Amino acid sequence: MKYCARRLFHATLLLLGVSILSFVILQLAPGDFFSPLRLNPQISSRTVTGLRSQYGLDRPLPVRYGHWLRAVLQGDLGPSFAYNSPVTPLLAIRTRNTILLTGTSMLLAWILAIPLGICCAVHRGKWGDRAGGAVTSALLTVPDLVLFLVLLLLAVRTGWFPTGGMVSASFGDLNLWNKVKDIAEHLFLPAFGLAIATLPTLLRHVRSAMIEVLEAPFIRAARAHGIAERRVLLRYALPVAASPLISLFGFSLGTMLSASLLVEVILSWPGIGPLLVEAILAKDVYVVMGAVMLSSVFLVAGNLFADLMLFAADPRIRVE
Amino acid sequence: MTHKQKLVGALVLLAAFQSFILFAGFFAPYDFATQDRERPFAPPTTLHFMDARGNVLIRPVIYNLAGSGPSVGVSQTDSEHPYPVHFFVRGAPYKIAGVFASNMHLFGVEAPGHIFLMGSDAYGRDQFSRFLFGGQISMLAGLIAAILSVSIGIIVGGIAGFYGGWVDELLMRGGELFLALPWLYLLFAVRAALPLHISQWELFLLLVSVMGLIGWARPARLIRGVVLSAKQRNFVVAARGFGASDAYLLRRHVLPQTYGVLLTQMTLLIPQYVLAEVTLTFLGLGVGEPLPSWGSLLSSLQQYYVLSSYWWMFLPALFLIPLFLVFYTAADALQELHKSVTL
Repeated sequence: MKYCARRLFHATLLLLGVSILSFVILQLAPGDFFSPLRLNPQISSRTVTGLRSQYGLDRPLPVRYGHWLRAVLQGDLGPSFAYNSPVTPLLAIRTRNTILLTGTSMLLAWILAIPLGICCAVHRGKWGDRAGGAVTSALLTVPDLVLFLVLLLLAVRTGWFPTGGMVSASFGDLNLWNKVKDIAEHLFLPAFGLAIATLPTLLRHVRSAMIEVLEAPFIRAARAHGIAERRVLLRYALPVAASPLISLFGFSLGTMLSASLLVEVILSWPGIGPLLVEAILAKDVYVVMGAVMLSSVFLVAGNLFADLMLFAADPRIRVE
Repeated sequence: MTHKQKLVGALVLLAAFQSFILFAGFFAPYDFATQDRERPFAPPTTLHFMDARGNVLIRPVIYNLAGSGPSVGVSQTDSEHPYPVHFFVRGAPYKIAGVFASNMHLFGVEAPGHIFLMGSDAYGRDQFSRFLFGGQISMLAGLIAAILSVSIGIIVGGIAGFYGGWVDELLMRGGELFLALPWLYLLFAVRAALPLHISQWELFLLLVSVMGLIGWARPARLIRGVVLSAKQRNFVVAARGFGASDAYLLRRHVLPQTYGVLLTQMTLLIPQYVLAEVTLTFLGLGVGEPLPSWGSLLSSLQQYYVLSSYWWMFLPALFLIPLFLVFYTAADALQELHKSVTL
């Protein structure tokens, strides 16, 4: 319990630090969303000043941060200048879309990585493992950007997959089943791409964790007792190898919001990524702040979750 | 193959690749900004080693595309007028490493002829030349950012590991802050803070320093770990016992033990930062026209018609893969070599 409280305290402190850091960086920027309006001769400088004071952009930095923090704690992430609406609902929809994408791809990647990693570890040094190693190394050297572009090319050339967006134009007219099918069709390519991009790292970790455990004396003892190989692997080896994998899982939970930026932009999935890029170009600071904060919250929460899971799963940590 | 052989092989390949990029002006037939509005999206030029009558030629020739004007997608060649490829020709002036001016090019063709080994882009600029010149910017970005990260890492990690106590606690908590940030997002946030309209070189330097500054935490952690174990080695303790100062201990005994980690980190960080630069530029947040970078070469693929009609626009991307492969192989071999040395 004390452990949990301490970790939670650290996490909160960390988030506070992140928020101050990114707030200061963003607000130190020369110019703001309304600066370009000054160049427009049809808009009087009084209007611009009025707008700036309406959004509180003319007040000193610590005051603005205080206001922002208080609002955030009440669930209000501030206004979006470009969309002329509050940031919270805007981000909520985008977050939902992003999580749909990253959740699917994570599921896919882990479902593939665990059995494949175990297979490679068991057949270590044989041709299957070698081939697996070669494929993962090859995939690791292909930059994500290139991978997603190739997938986009595939979609454009073959027409097997819809290119871009999350739903078809006729989405509103479809019944529930067809709606699900429509989203799934749009989801497949980005989710698959992201899964391929993350798979090599996961696979390598699963493999090396399993190899380390399989060399331990207790596994030899279990085998010597005549316990079935399948049971040795799944019941004896896997739980011991789980610790590094749990940390990794926590980390991949944490990157659920930030890992998909490129794939979202390239395959135009309406998630947080494209919103963030647009907001940066338009200096829509509260949207940028909101997105950065939200993804940091996810990262910190993911790591916290992993720590707590490790605490629950691994008696060695409890003793410490 | 031993790790040493692997490392040497990777380094030789790397050196070869880098010299292509360093001497881009010499290897590229054109300047990166030379436009040829009559030939947008020209497909890669084929080198012909045989003339129309089937005679083998000593000197390869190329044919221009048939017809002039914006003949998009035309691949008919005008085989009446062969243009032989000449070597060591005088052409557009350039500078090597910003110092040595020259106008000697490895190869080129006479004026009305055009040689586009990797095709041309929307403005009829030679993709091959732009790839080589773009490499200068992208690789420089990776190099500067990696050096920055590693230098901050060695200072912070060295101090934290060597002195320990609250200094260590403070520095490593700060590092956690930077590790907790989604770094691509942070990079974007910082990019948002930069003015959109500053000169390209200022923007480049700012971006690169930001990339380097954000990434200090990981090398710092690793170096701290090495320093922690290094300062307890017997010979370091002995030197301290003989009254060696902290500065002397760090310089003479502790930091030299971090060089292996340092080198491995450099080989890992450089491609990572090259990719970061490519990604930023691809998204329109990095170095812009007319300066070429690998990111801006790829960014034209964001348009559907380019992506689907002009396959040669993909060529720069394909050349990146072997480069990264070489980098990762070198990093792998270094790591293994370092492991076997310390064990």
